[in-house]
Amino acid sequence: MRLLNDLYENQRAMRAMRQAAIQRGVIAVLDVGTSKISCLILKFDGRDRAPQGEGIGAMAGQTRFRVIGAATTRSRGIELGEITAVQETERAIRTAVQAAQKMANCRVDHVIACISGGQPRSYGLAGQVNVTGDVVSETDIGHVLAACDVPDYGAGREVLHAQPVNFALDHRSGLIDPRDQIGQRLACDMHMLTVDTPVIENLIYCLRRCDLELAGLASSAYVSGVAALVEDEQELGAACIDMGGGTTGLSIFMKRHMIYADTVRLGGVHVTQDISKGLRIGMAAAERIKTFNGGVVATGMDDREMIEIGGETGDWEHDRRQVSRAELIGIMRPRVEEILEDVRIRLDAAGFEHLPSQQIVLTGGASQIPGLDTLAPKILGQNVRIGRPLRVHGLPQAATGTGFASAVGLSLFAAHPQDEFWDFEMPSELGAPRSLRRVVNWFASNW
Amino acid sequence: MRQMKPAHDPAPSRLAYRLNRLMLRPVVRRFLRYGLPVLAVSAGVAFWASDQDRRDGAMDRIAEIRRQIEERPEFMVRLMVVEEATSDVAADIREVLSIDFPVSSFDLDLDGLQEAVEELDAVADASVRIRSGGVLEIEVAERKPAVIWRDGEGLRLLDATGHRVAPVAARTKRPDLPLIAGQGANEAVGEALQLFATAMPIRNRLRGFLRVGERRWDVVLDRDQRIMLPEQDPVTALAKAIQLDVAQDLLERDITVVDFRTPHRPVLRLGLTAMDALYKTAFETETGSQ
Repeated sequence: MRLLNDLYENQRAMRAMRQAAIQRGVIAVLDVGTSKISCLILKFDGRDRAPQGEGIGAMAGQTRFRVIGAATTRSRGIELGEITAVQETERAIRTAVQAAQKMANCRVDHVIACISGGQPRSYGLAGQVNVTGDVVSETDIGHVLAACDVPDYGAGREVLHAQPVNFALDHRSGLIDPRDQIGQRLACDMHMLTVDTPVIENLIYCLRRCDLELAGLASSAYVSGVAALVEDEQELGAACIDMGGGTTGLSIFMKRHMIYADTVRLGGVHVTQDISKGLRIGMAAAERIKTFNGGVVATGMDDREMIEIGGETGDWEHDRRQVSRAELIGIMRPRVEEILEDVRIRLDAAGFEHLPSQQIVLTGGASQIPGLDTLAPKILGQNVRIGRPLRVHGLPQAATGTGFASAVGLSLFAAHPQDEFWDFEMPSELGAPRSLRRVVNWFASNW
Repeated sequence: MRQMKPAHDPAPSRLAYRLNRLMLRPVVRRFLRYGLPVLAVSAGVAFWASDQDRRDGAMDRIAEIRRQIEERPEFMVRLMVVEEATSDVAADIREVLSIDFPVSSFDLDLDGLQEAVEELDAVADASVRIRSGGVLEIEVAERKPAVIWRDGEGLRLLDATGHRVAPVAARTKRPDLPLIAGQGANEAVGEALQLFATAMPIRNRLRGFLRVGERRWDVVLDRDQRIMLPEQDPVTALAKAIQLDVAQDLLERDITVVDFRTPHRPVLRLGLTAMDALYKTAFETETGSQ
């Protein structure tokens, strides 16, 4: 039994804090990424803004909140989604949080953050127990989740998600909610995601230095999927590829549950680095050129389109260099191909080709490269689309792009979190009541 | 040229960030908006007022300004008019009030003046007001004298409620008013007036009404005749006596007292001549019969 008690308690404490913050009405979500930090402040005012009418189903909490503050700032001190310079990151978080607070004109104390780095690793767990009563009760679900045999995921790793994805009762599988169903043998499949502990600890430390309380943690690959995949894709099965700055996260959804998540430790920053090296210019200039002129599919026109590289060295010849857009594409394309090929390898490793639906959704800041929708199908398969995050109430126009998929997903996660292992009562054999029960049993048998 | 100045760090410092968050607290913002100004002003006032001299100076200045306003000609009262009063009552009022004109209307206590005027015996009701043009107008309703009361000290005029109006030197000054006498007579003036009205047929013989034992009346006529009236319903008793007089000339006879104290059994007290005559008659009858 390696699902530690303290992890259980920590996650429960975070859940309680999140619920308290939502009760109080204001919570912040913070996407600490490699290239940008974005902060959204959500206001839960108890009003449901769901439109009424035919064909509008359950909104899964998407209409219960409103974004009242949004701010984005350049990220500092983060590489590959992991904090490498705590104080720099802390400053960047302060900038983002303060700007968002200014826009919201209200103070936030609780944040929900997401982690893109930390080498997430997915585990599929299975467990089964005998149902105690006639029908499956909540306690039985707690029991079966606790009965999942947890692999040795190594020291220095922390469980980030542990979501039951499937329940089976006797010979019936694919149950979403087995409660109150009649059966004897309850089995469950659980998806567990672990990340490096230091990554989480650094993030918590940074947030604490900013006087913020962590009210929830999520994997950025997961929340991007929540935001960028439409309902059908989540239901039928799809992969979301969050092409971020330092890392490219991928998550596979099936029946509205994440069943796999992984990260490719390459991203948009590496493309910028290639440009910087290839054209011998600074990172800022390279980023600028990538943003304005970048692409991955060259056409004949691109040979004639010359780009001023610019420079501040004082050497006229050096500062006046020009490069054709085709050359720039020639630098960018191999790196983007490499990223997508890595993603393909991970997807193959996860057995994505066995899924009924082969839908792949690209999101994240790096998915804005022009021509990516032409390049990606060649590597990933025909069903590829660029996914913008769900539109939530009050989201500024500037924050509706693909780069804000994880921020929006985090707010959806805050409004409507999926059941996790720690949302169920832990069976009493695991916790403190055990000794008490033994005493009771002893009394019962001896008196 | 490269700028040597390091690039501006957009990040707020830890202190600035904390202050910013502090300022976003609703409590702090309310305090800054309302609490702090109030506190600052009250602190300033308290500091200023902590010095006795400054406090006194301010008080003096306020008093001075107040005096200046009060003494503006618009607020000055220059004369007093007493209306609907006879000249001696008016003189009494002037004497009682003894106001030195001109005086500011702020210094006039109109309620006090009214009370002072109403305390005068001759005044039943008074209204005091300041008319435009700086005139203090006192409107007086005088008491109407209804009876003359002879008590131990002399003659007084009383009004219908028994309140003193004025002393009077002689009975003959007010022959139109009935005279009452005796202790407690002033408390039953109303009854006396009813009796006086009833006694209209014998008005020319009436001397006055005497209160006996603070409970009942004697009607005193000339020739030392008196009609003793009961405590209860004296008016009816007097009316009976007068009817007797009208019918049988009762009071013309030599009778000193008509005693109506028990109304259904009046008793007559005869005068000396009548007594003699009665005795004589009785004697003659007695001897005559023998």
